[in-house]
Amino acid sequence: MKEYKTITEISGPLVFAEVDEPVGYDEIVEIETPSGETKRGQVLETSDGLVSIQVFEGTDGIDRNASVRFIGETLKMPVTEDLLGRVLDGSGRPIDDGPDIVPEERRDIVGAAINPFSREYPEEFIQTGVSAIDGMNTLVRGQKLPIFSSSGLPHNDLALQIARQATVPEEAEGDGEDDSEFAVIFGAMGITQEEANEFMDDFERTGALERSVVFMNLADDPAVERTVTPRLALTTAEYLAFDKDYHVLVILTDMTNYCEALREIGAAREEVPGRRGYPGYMYTDLAQIYERAGRIKGEEGSITQIPILTMPSNDITHPIPDLTGYITEGQIIVDPDLNSQGVKPPVNVLPSLSRLMDDGIGEGLTRGDHGDVSDQLYAAYAEGEDKRDLVNIVGREALSDLDNKYLDFADRFEDEFIEQGFETDRDIDSTLDIGWDLLSMLPKDVLSRIDEDLIDEYYEEEGEAEEVAAD
Amino acid sequence: MSQATDSDVREDGVIESVSGPVVTAVDLDARMNDVVYVGHEGLMGEVIEIEGNVTTIQVYEETSGVSPGQPVESTGAPLSVDLGPGMLDTIYDGVQRPLDVLEDKMGSAFLDRGVDSPGIDLEKTWEFTPELEEGDEVSRGDVVGTVPETESIDHKVMVPPDALEEGETAEVVSIESGNFTVEETVAELDTGAEISMRQEWPVRKQRPAAEKYTPTKPLVSGQRILDGLFPIAKGGTAAIPGPFGSGKTVTQQSLAKFADADIVVYIGCGERGNEMTEVIDDFPELPDPQTGNPLMARTCLIANTSNMPVAARESCIYTGITIAEYYRDMGYDVALMADSTSRWAEAMREISSRLEEMPGEEGYPAYLAARLAEFYERAGYYETINGNEGSVTAIGAVSPPGGDFSEPVTQNTLRIVKAFWALDSDLAERRHFPAINWNDSYSLYRDQLDEWFENNVDENWSSTRQWAIDVLDEEDELQEIVQLVGKDALPEDQQLTLEVARYLREAWLQQNALHDVDRYSPPEKTFRILEGIKAFNDEAFEALDAGVPVEEIQDIDAPPRLNRIGTTPDDEVEEFVSEIEDDIAEQLRELY
Repeated sequence: MKEYKTITEISGPLVFAEVDEPVGYDEIVEIETPSGETKRGQVLETSDGLVSIQVFEGTDGIDRNASVRFIGETLKMPVTEDLLGRVLDGSGRPIDDGPDIVPEERRDIVGAAINPFSREYPEEFIQTGVSAIDGMNTLVRGQKLPIFSSSGLPHNDLALQIARQATVPEEAEGDGEDDSEFAVIFGAMGITQEEANEFMDDFERTGALERSVVFMNLADDPAVERTVTPRLALTTAEYLAFDKDYHVLVILTDMTNYCEALREIGAAREEVPGRRGYPGYMYTDLAQIYERAGRIKGEEGSITQIPILTMPSNDITHPIPDLTGYITEGQIIVDPDLNSQGVKPPVNVLPSLSRLMDDGIGEGLTRGDHGDVSDQLYAAYAEGEDKRDLVNIVGREALSDLDNKYLDFADRFEDEFIEQGFETDRDIDSTLDIGWDLLSMLPKDVLSRIDEDLIDEYYEEEGEAEEVAAD
Repeated sequence: MSQATDSDVREDGVIESVSGPVVTAVDLDARMNDVVYVGHEGLMGEVIEIEGNVTTIQVYEETSGVSPGQPVESTGAPLSVDLGPGMLDTIYDGVQRPLDVLEDKMGSAFLDRGVDSPGIDLEKTWEFTPELEEGDEVSRGDVVGTVPETESIDHKVMVPPDALEEGETAEVVSIESGNFTVEETVAELDTGAEISMRQEWPVRKQRPAAEKYTPTKPLVSGQRILDGLFPIAKGGTAAIPGPFGSGKTVTQQSLAKFADADIVVYIGCGERGNEMTEVIDDFPELPDPQTGNPLMARTCLIANTSNMPVAARESCIYTGITIAEYYRDMGYDVALMADSTSRWAEAMREISSRLEEMPGEEGYPAYLAARLAEFYERAGYYETINGNEGSVTAIGAVSPPGGDFSEPVTQNTLRIVKAFWALDSDLAERRHFPAINWNDSYSLYRDQLDEWFENNVDENWSSTRQWAIDVLDEEDELQEIVQLVGKDALPEDQQLTLEVARYLREAWLQQNALHDVDRYSPPEKTFRILEGIKAFNDEAFEALDAGVPVEEIQDIDAPPRLNRIGTTPDDEVEEFVSEIEDDIAEQLRELY
């Protein structure tokens, strides 16, 4: 290992150094400042004689006399099953005063792409106990389903509720066919200490910590470090899922901070920026994170991802949610209006979507009527939403009976179906039953999305009778 | 990928710098677009710029750990694909490496680097049946024999276009039937040329054809809104733009499953891994509606998912269209789906910015429009060089950022394609699928295809369609008023128009891609549903004219059954619709 004292330029998070031997792209670098502090970095560009290095811990304290050492390998994550229950910093070093980690293996954090031919299509229903998700935007094992939120909304509570309640129904019944254990990997990027405490308290309160690995990069930690945190988390997840057969749920929060770190590095490198100053390769970069979810043929374990991002000024066309939405398999949208109405969780199901839902529901998976009920609830709620605009102009009296029913439906849908609090765990049967309860407010012949046999089986006639009586 | 078989490495160079997928080398003797092997691991790359002694290379694999000083070898040949039997029922990455072979070779579910594999199996033998005899004259492109490639497709072995000059003829001196590998000679010409089942073709070069015609036959898609309102021709071009979640991929997959093409080339360019897995799982199970054989027997998949190397994403579109052209040359109708061309454009942007080229609009390279045009121009209805007719239909999904169609990729695509199927997030939110907006979409093929539909489906095809368009247009205008004053404030005839338009939307335009019956609607059924709705329209307006209040018309219970025609099996449609029509007439006439 050669040591250089040849730094020529320091600019933002970047350091440029002259070298006389070739250095590999992406290799890890250690920089020792004159005060004796060691910082780590990564080679961003290498050419004959000159390398540019991105320093994870910030460049303060580095001067032209600092010494630069090239380790000769790319960034690796030490992995072992003993990581469960541990709290690490954003670079993967323990910060919980626990014993040293004795790795079983050290894995490259970049992670290779899963061969699409080797993937197993995800179709195993995960019951989160949240009606807005289970009923309308079903999550399945191996899916990547982000939560799109805005500042000041309770997206963390929702993520915690999912982490706490997520089960696969067969497991609950104890079939014993699938003994894989469940693990949670939590990757925090640039969140505040307070938010971090909220997560840690909940993990400790529910005893979830012992089956979790926590990576913490807080708001006051170096921004550049954020670009490696999710990769460390996912490398650990891959090890647990595909070597140790765990079903891993990865929660990454907040992807917006991650993207901002990417932009910072791009700007420091004087790259040609793409939309809103974010680098042109952000799609590829995000894909390399999100696509690490999935199942593999012949493997027991799985990786399910729930990344959380806050949409700047609640704008879904902002590059971060936009590029994310193009990669992930749907999105759960947390809505400020529902939040101010006090609906918990304030999930707006209309723009929300789970792309893998159709294959994870139905007879034998959830219930035979699930698909039709969900379609009809969507259509009816959308209809009700439309009528709300109208009612603001012409008033309720000017609307037909049916229109008024749609309005009532939309209100009850929010108050009874979506609203459930962050502590209630509803199973899929109760979720669908509430759905039928609400649909029975509407006349049978407008339920065009539902198979006639199912209407005969589930439609609650007396519900309709009550409605007529109430009129 | 054909370079795996090339051993004539020309000259070594040395890496000078590495930045992501872009590597520069000095002292490399290579031409533009030549394929090179980079570093000790032999990562595959392509020359994209030559400046003095410095050659710039885009590398198709991850470059972590590659350092200056490592060697670069040039193969002296441009990026090419292997063409021959065995491409159907196969899934490739962006540089035509079969993914199943890679899995075997790497022994892992994860894609490793520096592993190469030929695009077609060199060991496997195929049964060759000659179509010519010794002494026959051939010119370039002529079919010398056939090979049963899959249960659906006979692969035609042709004289490669570069084996003879244009207009040159040669005599077959030997030709044999029997089992051969793709590299063995099956025929010899008096020019000394040996014909095997395998050809190579550089992906960035269009394969020659005799003439390009104006397309007049529709690519029947089995999607009511497409066949009915916005049809595409065999040999046509179409774009499907839409924000995420609006159903681009589902629409593309429906087309790949049900369109009446002989061959389907499906390119997953920079999209989700699980989506490709779904195709790999589904297609072998689903029957081709034309032949009844498994869909995979006519399909070639190219998967370069979003996390696979970006340079290979740039090339996967070319790999796909070259394969499509090859089957076109055999006289087949090929449909090519590219999902998504935006990812392709972004790959160009990413490489361009690493090269520090002067950017055009939104950071895309200035040559974006030219590349898009070049790609879509390779589609068309052709007379092939051997005198057959074949076509390539190109359908590209576009993923505009934020669903904003004014961005460069959508706009430049619109300048070229002739059918535009605009997906709409509002429709998707109300689960109206396919979420193709009938007000914004268009097809310039409509008029030239009418004749076919009138001859083959119904003579009233175009007039009935025009009626539907008029009703939908009127609904669009009325909706603006309804938003202000409510439906009940409209005159009765307009209320009835809205009711008819609702049936057009719900019973005709909506189609459930997941329902076993509804997912494929033959044009006869598409037309019959429309006729049924028009019958209701005519009867209802007659009743209205006779003084029946619109509420009473809306209350009869036969019309809602129109919504169930979509899910009615094809052979029962006629009976079912006639019954509804009779009931409607009867119930309405009772009212006056």
